[in-house]
Amino acid sequence: MTQSLVSAPGASEAPVAASVLASREFLTFRLGSEEYGIDILKVQEIRGYDAVTKIANTPEFIKGVINLRGTIVPIVDMRIKFNLGNVEYDQFTVVIVLNLANRIVGMVVDSVSDVITLAAEQVRPAPEFAASINTSFIRGLGSLEERMLILVDIEDLLTSPDMGLFEQVH
Amino acid sequence: MDVSQFHATFFEEANEHLESLESLLLSLDLSAPDPEQLNAIFRAAHSIKGGAATFGFRDVANLTHALETLLDRLRKQELLPTQEMVDALLVGGDVLRSQLAAHRGQGSADEAAAEAVRVRIERLAEIESAPVAPVVIDLPEPQLRRTIRFRAALTQEVVDNLLGELRALGTLEVLTEPARARGKSGKRKGAWVLALTARAQATELEELLQFVIQPEELEVGEGEPAPSAAASVEDAGFGLFEDAPGTPAADPGYGFFTELPTGEQVHAQGYGFFDTAPGVSEAAAPAPVDKTPAAAASPAKVVPMTGSESSSIRVSVEKVDQLINLVGELVITQAMLAQTSLQLDPTQHGRLAEGMAQLERNTRDLQEAVMSIRMLPIAFVFSRFPRLVRDLASKLGKRVELKTVGEGTELDKGVIEKIADPLTHLVRNSLDHGIESPADRRAAGKPETGTITLRAFHQGGSIVIEVSDDGGGLHRQRILDKARSRGMQVADDMPDQDVWQLIFEPGFSTAEVVSDVSGRGVGMDVVKRNIQAAGGRVDLSSVPGQGTRISIRLPLTLAILDGMSIAVGKEIFIVPLGFVVESLQPKAQDIRTISGECIMVKVRGDYLPVVPLARLFNLPSEVVDPAGGILVILEAEGARVALAVDELVGQHQIVIKSLEANYRRVPGISGATIMGDGKVALILDAAALVRSSRNLSLIAA
Repeated sequence: MTQSLVSAPGASEAPVAASVLASREFLTFRLGSEEYGIDILKVQEIRGYDAVTKIANTPEFIKGVINLRGTIVPIVDMRIKFNLGNVEYDQFTVVIVLNLANRIVGMVVDSVSDVITLAAEQVRPAPEFAASINTSFIRGLGSLEERMLILVDIEDLLTSPDMGLFEQVH
Repeated sequence: MDVSQFHATFFEEANEHLESLESLLLSLDLSAPDPEQLNAIFRAAHSIKGGAATFGFRDVANLTHALETLLDRLRKQELLPTQEMVDALLVGGDVLRSQLAAHRGQGSADEAAAEAVRVRIERLAEIESAPVAPVVIDLPEPQLRRTIRFRAALTQEVVDNLLGELRALGTLEVLTEPARARGKSGKRKGAWVLALTARAQATELEELLQFVIQPEELEVGEGEPAPSAAASVEDAGFGLFEDAPGTPAADPGYGFFTELPTGEQVHAQGYGFFDTAPGVSEAAAPAPVDKTPAAAASPAKVVPMTGSESSSIRVSVEKVDQLINLVGELVITQAMLAQTSLQLDPTQHGRLAEGMAQLERNTRDLQEAVMSIRMLPIAFVFSRFPRLVRDLASKLGKRVELKTVGEGTELDKGVIEKIADPLTHLVRNSLDHGIESPADRRAAGKPETGTITLRAFHQGGSIVIEVSDDGGGLHRQRILDKARSRGMQVADDMPDQDVWQLIFEPGFSTAEVVSDVSGRGVGMDVVKRNIQAAGGRVDLSSVPGQGTRISIRLPLTLAILDGMSIAVGKEIFIVPLGFVVESLQPKAQDIRTISGECIMVKVRGDYLPVVPLARLFNLPSEVVDPAGGILVILEAEGARVALAVDELVGQHQIVIKSLEANYRRVPGISGATIMGDGKVALILDAAALVRSSRNLSLIAA
């Protein structure tokens, strides 16, 4: 499955998927009962949740900032943002540290499942449906045996103005 | 060899040469020109020309050639320097700078301007003037035959340029050359032996060649003007490079060492020709043929380009910043270890405690040493002003003298970069609005020449930079009128300080005539904003008829801060110590509320607004009544507020970390730091807190 998608028959019908599919390894995580997949290359590390320093007057899903080996890194809780899962913080709470557009962000999720490889034909274009996450950030649905993965462009999602994580470039 | 790898070095060196050219020209005393200075100016122009020609920057080479021609006549005292020449040369320098920038891909060069200034300079150089000091006999430099030997790997293009340059100087013979390379991009590796008969100085040749050849691979020798056979030259004992390690031209350190080969080599070969003053040594030893061993005894004079060059290295800021970051980490780790070790029994772990104390001292010393790397004297900014003031004053028809005091005051490079533009604005303003025309000054009974003083000094943990002039001062009434016409709320009995602050409002200009220098009303607000962004503040004082003084107070460094840590609920915050006036525990009867909302506290007769940090940041506070907590009195932007906090924790030197690097600006917070326990603490933006007392919100105006 190494041939480029452009030359593959029917590729022009699903150009949305092309950018995500350029790398086909995904880190999967759970938010409530939904399973999501994000580009593994965006992930810097996975760590436990420890005490954050709160920042005043921010939305509830921005938990605050932590010291990640000398760098100040903001932490967002996706469970609060998307109203999924039980918002509890214990020794099993997982933070996925992402490296997006030269910035580092920590993302709290319910659990991290595994790293999977999806072939091009295992990815279907996302239909219009009502999901917690704005469908414009969903790049496709991956099917792996019985599982269905929602493939999210995590960079677009977290840098969107809606998250309020970054100063918007004018 | 890819020539472009040397381009960066050439540009950097050329810019340095341009800078020294400019500063030397400005300091040139026209009534009694220092020959040494004229020589230095000439050398600067010459070095640029040599490099430019080698790299094929024809426009730069052409213009510098014109400069050089004029400067050559000046240094030989065939012409006397005049103000007009200095002006033309300065303009030439500006054009060169833009040409170099264009070659770098920044902007484009104005060809017409280049041509105009070239013609102007050439015309000046052609003026036939009798030598002013007829005693000086204009001895032409004797034709010297020199042997140039070097080893390098060069492309044919570079070789052609180089040989062309040398041929322009005199008669060139190629005695030994490496085999021609195959293909256009191939390099010619190996030893070159050239014989050049010319009037050029050895130093000139070296400078010319150094752009492509490493100094240690280069050898310029005095050869006798006889047999052209390469063998005889070899026999003369120049075989220095035969055992030299043959790694030519790959050294990344290229270009840092503008000195000549080490003294030892020079002595051994006895090339006593590194003269600075032309026409002097030649007059003393006029014969070009002096190759006897006796001559070898004469000590070689190595000409340093600039005094400090030999003892400094050029390192990218990135590397220094990385070092500073690492040391910051080390300080945090050390604090963490210190905290942990305190919990151990000192009787059993005496050695550890000793070690920890040692570590603390060493870390602090290391931190100081590393921080000092980034410290530069403010002369880096001040040095641009003599030119600016000179040009502007002549444009405006004013007579101005610029005084600078405390150029040696050091501050962080980052701060220097941030204040350069605001400072330029202020100096322009002083010149345009502050200093009056000579006629007005005479009428006011002041000397015709106005004075602008730039002063820098340390005060506590800050650096203060003052721009003062002895001009007309600010017009209180005009500012008030202007403010009214712009619909601002002003009163006639406002204190002076408040009136002066008005000129920092956006779009505010009281200049009667908008000139191309200033007066468009963009400026002062930008100045203030930039300085505040760098963590500083601007104060202004003015006396009508006497002048205006603007002082900028900035932190010495952007990376380290003396902070007071305070607690609200469970959260720890840092207040920059520079803003803290005092902290006190208020008595209940000193606290008053206004309309049940605003809380005021009476401190030594003054009523100050109380800013409850817990309310501002929506934090659960353990202290409900301000009288039960602590008040920290902050002063910023000329106003004071009392910050209500739960308790004071301590005082630390903290390393400032950016919150914006991975997150965004937070109102009321200026940054973050990492405490001894590894937790993040936020640094309060004192100026924003003071502002917030006016409307209890952090939305910056």
